[in-house]
Amino acid sequence: MGSVASVLTSGVPAQDAAHWEPVLPGLIILLPLLGFVANSVLALRAAGWSSAEVRAGREWDPFAGGSRPLTHTLPTWIGPGVMLVAFVLAAWNFVGMFGAELHEPVIRSYWSWISTSTLQVDAAIQLDQLSMVMMLVVTGVGFLIHVFSVGYMKDDVGYPRYFAYLNLFVFFMLVLVMGAGYAMMFIGWEGVGLCSYLLIGYWFTDREKSDAGKKAFIVNRIGDFGFLLAMFMLFQAFGTLDFVPIFAGAEGHFAVGGATVTAITLLLMLGAAGKSAQVPLHVWLPDAMAGPTPVSALIHAATMVTAGVYMVVRSGVLYALAPTSQAVVAGVGVLTALIAATIALQQNDIKKVLAYSTVSQLGFMFLGAGVGAFTAAIFHLMTHAFFKALLFLGAGAVIHSMHHALHKVDSHEDAQDMRNMGGLKDRMRITWVVMWIATLAIAGIWPLAGFFSKDEIIWYTAAWAGAEANPFGGLYTLYWVVALVTAMLTAFYMARLMVMTFHGQTRLEHGARSHLHEAPRVMTVPLIVLAVLSVFGGWVNVPPALSESALGFFGALPMTEWLHHWLEPITHDAAAIQVAALGEAAHDAPLLGGGELAWALASTLAAAAVVAVAVRQLAPRRVLTAAADATPPTGLRGVLYNKWYFDEIFDRTIVQPVLAASRWCWSFIDTVIIDGFVNSVGNFTRLAGWFGSLFQTGQANTYAFVLTLGVLLVLGAAVFL
Amino acid sequence: MTDSLASIQILYEGWILHALVWLPILGLVHVMTSAGERAKNVAFWWSAAIFVLSMGLWWTFDAGSGGFTLESSTSWIESWGVSYALGLDGISVFMVLLTTLITPIAILGSFEYVKTRRRAFYALMLLLQTGVTGVFLATDIFLFYVFFELTLIPMYFIVGIWGGERRIYAAVKFFLYTAVGSLLMLVAILYIYFSSGTGSFSYGAFLAADLTMREQLWLFAAFALAFGIKVPIFPLHTWLPDAHVEAPTPGSVILASLLLKMGTYGFLRFLLPFFPGASQHPTVVVVMLTLGVAGIIYAAWVAAVQPDAKKLVAYTSVAHMGFVMIGVFALTVNGLQGGLVVMISHGVSTGALFLLLGMMYERRHSRLIEDFGGIGRVAPMFATAFVITALASIGLPGTSGFIGEFLALIGTFETHAVTAIVAATGVIFAAYYMLPMVQRVLFNKLDKPENRSFADLSRREMVVLGPLVALMIWVGVHPTPFLERMEPSVQVVLERVEVARTAAQRGAPERMLADPGVAEEADSRHMTGTADEEDQDR
Repeated sequence: MGSVASVLTSGVPAQDAAHWEPVLPGLIILLPLLGFVANSVLALRAAGWSSAEVRAGREWDPFAGGSRPLTHTLPTWIGPGVMLVAFVLAAWNFVGMFGAELHEPVIRSYWSWISTSTLQVDAAIQLDQLSMVMMLVVTGVGFLIHVFSVGYMKDDVGYPRYFAYLNLFVFFMLVLVMGAGYAMMFIGWEGVGLCSYLLIGYWFTDREKSDAGKKAFIVNRIGDFGFLLAMFMLFQAFGTLDFVPIFAGAEGHFAVGGATVTAITLLLMLGAAGKSAQVPLHVWLPDAMAGPTPVSALIHAATMVTAGVYMVVRSGVLYALAPTSQAVVAGVGVLTALIAATIALQQNDIKKVLAYSTVSQLGFMFLGAGVGAFTAAIFHLMTHAFFKALLFLGAGAVIHSMHHALHKVDSHEDAQDMRNMGGLKDRMRITWVVMWIATLAIAGIWPLAGFFSKDEIIWYTAAWAGAEANPFGGLYTLYWVVALVTAMLTAFYMARLMVMTFHGQTRLEHGARSHLHEAPRVMTVPLIVLAVLSVFGGWVNVPPALSESALGFFGALPMTEWLHHWLEPITHDAAAIQVAALGEAAHDAPLLGGGELAWALASTLAAAAVVAVAVRQLAPRRVLTAAADATPPTGLRGVLYNKWYFDEIFDRTIVQPVLAASRWCWSFIDTVIIDGFVNSVGNFTRLAGWFGSLFQTGQANTYAFVLTLGVLLVLGAAVFL
Repeated sequence: MTDSLASIQILYEGWILHALVWLPILGLVHVMTSAGERAKNVAFWWSAAIFVLSMGLWWTFDAGSGGFTLESSTSWIESWGVSYALGLDGISVFMVLLTTLITPIAILGSFEYVKTRRRAFYALMLLLQTGVTGVFLATDIFLFYVFFELTLIPMYFIVGIWGGERRIYAAVKFFLYTAVGSLLMLVAILYIYFSSGTGSFSYGAFLAADLTMREQLWLFAAFALAFGIKVPIFPLHTWLPDAHVEAPTPGSVILASLLLKMGTYGFLRFLLPFFPGASQHPTVVVVMLTLGVAGIIYAAWVAAVQPDAKKLVAYTSVAHMGFVMIGVFALTVNGLQGGLVVMISHGVSTGALFLLLGMMYERRHSRLIEDFGGIGRVAPMFATAFVITALASIGLPGTSGFIGEFLALIGTFETHAVTAIVAATGVIFAAYYMLPMVQRVLFNKLDKPENRSFADLSRREMVVLGPLVALMIWVGVHPTPFLERMEPSVQVVLERVEVARTAAQRGAPERMLADPGVAEEADSRHMTGTADEEDQDR
């Protein structure tokens, strides 16, 4: 058993790490787990008090009397505290790894998890450039969101339970990104799904919210089914589930385009589609907005939902060997990006818009991973973690304020409906400014983070469309065009969100307006940090073509192509396979010609134009409040408003039929056929018994008669046969 | 020092198996002679003491080469060649430990539930323990059969006397179903006994019996029916929901955790080793795998629409046992080990679920899901235990359920990919039946006034559930101690089947018996083969 001690002594080196000795890597995972345990104890204690009050017919108010009980003060320090230490440790290790110029992953194995004569899975973690980036994002953004949560959730009765779940989530997320093989990754994979389930249904007495949690879990399990099958096939092919031997052996094992590797990668993509909400398994994510808003920021925007992208990039070698799967990944990605962006155009709930925006941006990441732009996918994952976390937290600040204001006047209007907002910019200056930064970042406006990352994905799609031997070149060209269109839609729906929320006339009733307020410091500071990251976060991966042009002030701005080089050891093999299979990427766009710089300039100008036009057009427009705006839109707008009817279609084609089949199995097969048979056997024996008992009359002459009959029968048989 | 330890160990190993079988009978006598009020405590302390004694096996058990250890044999009915013979191997050791663990927990869990005729009840519980332990330890087939039938009687009375409203129907159904199966098995046992000509009922003699393929297939069918009803395999399962629903909580716990395991244990201990030829027969394999998969999916679907929580959990047992069956008939190390872990995991998690449902019943006198809701608000400890147990039951990684299902599926995939693929949909359907129940009981509004007084776990109930929850997580996080102990014995079983398979493939005449299934099987294997070759061929 891997004792705490062995974790603290940073495990047993499973292989020679010549350059670099990681510092307590196990502790990075362990800390959030310890936080979970500590917060759980407090949560159960608090729940015990609460349940006693409920049983007595009252509601528990932990803040009665003006002071907070220990169960509601300690999590403030434990929850963000373990995250801070974990982040510092991760950063420390990052610095060490940075200096070491690591070429091979460092593996730390703690104990043998599953071990049979043919299958060996260790509880092992893998430290390399990719897991490092993910660890920094998870612990860094995670820490900021934990801090924000202190302000957002401070009046909630379940405060310690909230932090327990949140810490547990980070634990599983770290297992997911640090695990040294698919099996370890799967622990994290389902573990974060569990936490997502618990946090979506955090306010579990609300039927709708716990429904949403359940839906997330079940839809995710459809994806997990694919992940499981992929693991079976990998085990069949390699006899192991560890990353290092699989990726080292893949090229020798599979031919490019082989059936097995294509099947494996498609099944992995099914898993990724479930976790990362890609069409058609995206339906759970918008519902997941039922959870507290910081949860939406952490789990349903910045980290968990990007796990699928991480997995595809991690499995890059396998995908490079399966061009068909790559085309499918990219196709699913770009389709998701488009569909989600169109839905976002017509949503009125501020969190729903952001949810669909997340789905759409995840689609972009899959497009990048699909076309083999692995670095770009991770780059967008990272910048998206900054600006989407910022957007969600900003929305959280808005909802917090709206909720407070509506509560003061006993209004039951929807605090999340943008139709009820408007004009908030005067009351919430910081939130307004940082959200505009995030909006411009996601819209792809130079020089913010999203511009560089999104542009790189779109550009790679164009470049690979033009690769000489790419059998899917035409398809990639289509992807590229759709991606460009979607980028413009993104700029539009985000501008719409900003205008409806912050600009124009406020639509809040008079009494409530004065209660609107800017969020407290504990919430705005994380917002500001994320805003800074949203501005400069993109500068870590700028290709020379851009940084040495006007877009980088001809090399004067501190922009580097660092991330690209950093991830080189991870992406190198896959890139080599891809070049060998598809040929070199092109230098010009497949349509209209033009190079990287030209298209980058064009797209950012176009996006800026869209934002400007949208603001000019929408700001003066009168918006009806949710109560006044009773008629839902019709026609194409109606289709978008109703989210392309995905839920309804699934309900009719899958959910209801399975339910009907289940009922039929029970009421017909089990009850009528099987039990009918069993009972009739029972009844038959009873009948036979009754028939036999007719002869037991107790009268000697009956017995004599039967005896004679029997003798005659036997004799007759002897004579005639 | 080490010398004295070693001699203690030798002493311990000399009597422990006999003690495990017969101490419950001593306890039974004690229960019968104590005052009615004290009966429950007496029974609990006896079974707890037996559990403590049995724990020594965890450390002293040495799987060795995989055969029986701690064997002992004394002639019993000499003229028939029956002996009183016990032995332990890597398969039975876990079943025995599960028995010694579950019995005291079930007894402790029944303190509030059983209010009438306590002496008789606890006496029957201990009698049941003797029977179940005997089943897992007997290495003489006659002795095994006696113990096997012995378990039927106390269970019949437990359901029939302390059960719910339809207890008589359920008890009779349970009795008839299982009696029919075991009578056929008796015929089969006698057939082997007479045809082997050794005049012995010992396990070794039965292994040595030289049976033709035709004989093996018939005998396999007889044994499979008996054990298949116990497991239960779809479509022989309809006694189970009735028996579970009507049985009192401890009865359900023993039934799910232990009695069902006698069925799957029978497959591992007797069917595969005695009839290796039949067990690897392609048609047999296809039939068993198909029934296993059918059980997984069918039972999951039926479970999902049950209004009665206890019935729901009963059906999930059928689904779990389906995983065991595919694991076993995949005839791979991973599959068999996975099947065994599912058996352990199911014993722990389903036992815990029945205990939790029993606690609900004690508080609200209802088993209907719709009568609950929002329980998490008034009983947080209860809700926590419930959620963890439910997650273990649906096989979340990090819990025991995952290890078992994962190994069973991966082992099945090695030889029967399609079966494994279909069976793997079970992970989706598990969420489909379990989560709505969890939600409707624990979450949602606390809108029924009766539920407001729903008490949280008492200290006794925590003692009941604590070890089970701990075990679910332990097996999930660190299953290696379990896997390494069972592996040699699993290998022994598998090798016998492998030998029979090579013999059959060398063109033994029995191959003619096979029907079209063989060709299909061969075809599909051929196809997967070529797909792999294509990939490697570059």
